[in-house]
Amino acid sequence: MNPVNVDVVVVGAGAAGMSGAVALARSGLQVVLLDEQGSPGGQIYRGITLAPLGRRDMLGPDYAHGNELAQALAASSVQYEKGAAVWQVTRDHQVSYLRDGRLHTLQARAVLLATGAMERPFPIPGWTLPGVMTAGAAQILLKSSGLAPSEPVVLAGCGPLLYLLGWQYLRAGVPIKALVDTTRPEDYWRARRHLFAALRAWPYLRKGLDLMRSLRSAGIAHYTGAEQLAIEGEEAARALLFTVGGKAQRVATRCVLLHQGVVPNIQFSQSLRASQHWDADQLCFSPKVDPWGALDVPGIYVAGDGAGIGGAQAAAVQGELAALGIARQLGTLSDAQRDYRAEPLRAMLESNLRIRPFLDALYQPKEANRIPADEVMVCRCEEVTAGELRQFVALGCTGPNQAKSFGRCGMGPCQGRMCGLTVTEVIAKARGVSASEVGYYRIRPPIKPITLGELAGE
Amino acid sequence: MRTEPLFQPVMSEVRSTRTVSLTFNEQPLNVPAGTSVAAALLMSGIGRFRATPVSESPRAPYCMMGVCFECLVEIDGVPNRQSCLIEVSDGMRIRSQEGARDLMFAPVDVETFEVQP
Repeated sequence: MNPVNVDVVVVGAGAAGMSGAVALARSGLQVVLLDEQGSPGGQIYRGITLAPLGRRDMLGPDYAHGNELAQALAASSVQYEKGAAVWQVTRDHQVSYLRDGRLHTLQARAVLLATGAMERPFPIPGWTLPGVMTAGAAQILLKSSGLAPSEPVVLAGCGPLLYLLGWQYLRAGVPIKALVDTTRPEDYWRARRHLFAALRAWPYLRKGLDLMRSLRSAGIAHYTGAEQLAIEGEEAARALLFTVGGKAQRVATRCVLLHQGVVPNIQFSQSLRASQHWDADQLCFSPKVDPWGALDVPGIYVAGDGAGIGGAQAAAVQGELAALGIARQLGTLSDAQRDYRAEPLRAMLESNLRIRPFLDALYQPKEANRIPADEVMVCRCEEVTAGELRQFVALGCTGPNQAKSFGRCGMGPCQGRMCGLTVTEVIAKARGVSASEVGYYRIRPPIKPITLGELAGE
Repeated sequence: MRTEPLFQPVMSEVRSTRTVSLTFNEQPLNVPAGTSVAAALLMSGIGRFRATPVSESPRAPYCMMGVCFECLVEIDGVPNRQSCLIEVSDGMRIRSQEGARDLMFAPVDVETFEVQP
């Protein structure tokens, strides 16, 4: 089958993808937007076009904001393909995807990757048990299906998403048994040097403070400085165990929602062999991009959280900036036109990102929850523990790719998404070198599962 | 095995009027139309989706956004489907995945003969 020619393919219909695709179409380019979900919105605005008004109201104004982007998309000339699982993007701009069991391939002049973020792994004892999910997972159930835990739930970890979910549960009348916060006093101390910049992002900061205040005034049991988190249970979660100030605590629950921040989803930029760097503030790998989001692979751009965590508002602006960069590259804009239009966007982006250093410092995930004890499962798919990884290192394993041959670590169906960062940091610490030196898994297509039959059906 | 559902609709939700019928391990379930298979199973009291190929330990959805691959089930005879990404449809036959898959073994007629020393 010959590939279909288009100007630009955008991968991912979240904040960055929707705004980028709309801006590209507006500049006169023919755009195809591919997304895995059944409706636009990505994870942050998940199900925004389908959510009943009551649910939209309960989720809050930041969620409802996504509707503007979705409406702009619907009104644009963008060809939006839902339920499209992109399994390969090549360095010469071929994009292959699977939709309703059929293979399609597009040949683009430029590609915009807007694959967003995913939750950082939270490797603690028992985190593989049924009943343990990410806070993001529970929020997706709330956004897309109006579902919440049927019994009092325990939220554990740190970061804005965890508190936002708590606030949304309060509004929905969902009982919260405890908020087990890993934030410690020294985190506020570390974050204080970014406070001035954060104060300049006052509306954002105030929103956060209001949210924390309503959680506190709701009388939810709130533990702070929680350490040694572990899930108790054999067939399913039964309780969350932890210590506060050395004192052991146990909160019984069938549902534990974990969160310690989000990290860029870098599967595509990795599979394209684009340069990446270790972000020492966000403790994750991000692809290296220029001010327009261009990778060091010609014609391939990244916008939004996939290029470093900045949040939904920043992502939408980055989508527009990438669109300007691409329009210039494809000749529909001059340098002067591009730069003129970019100026107000850059100011908006700067203002949207002002809060980040404060948040990154305050909610930096604890080392014990990133580089776990020996008995903790690191690779959930192939069931490789941190202790086994350390044994591999003792035998001469130098990085994540060697860990595959030592013990299949990272070779299961998730292709390292759930263990990649943990594996990098465990090996780095065991070897006494930087995460940057250890590097990340070499990711290869297919990025999404595809059967031989589907491949042969082409 | 069904237990008390881990998730249920929040109070303010208007109950979906449209439902679809499907089966999980041959057990019939009625679930709201338009939801993902994973969400439908969670609200129907299915707390365990599969057993791992390595140690047969129980697993259930972890991320609900297609990155963790913990929600893999067999749907209409096709294994390893990501149930959080697939919408329910009428008559769907869903099965949990139990441990490592058996190698498909088709017996062949082999002619026996004696080996001369």
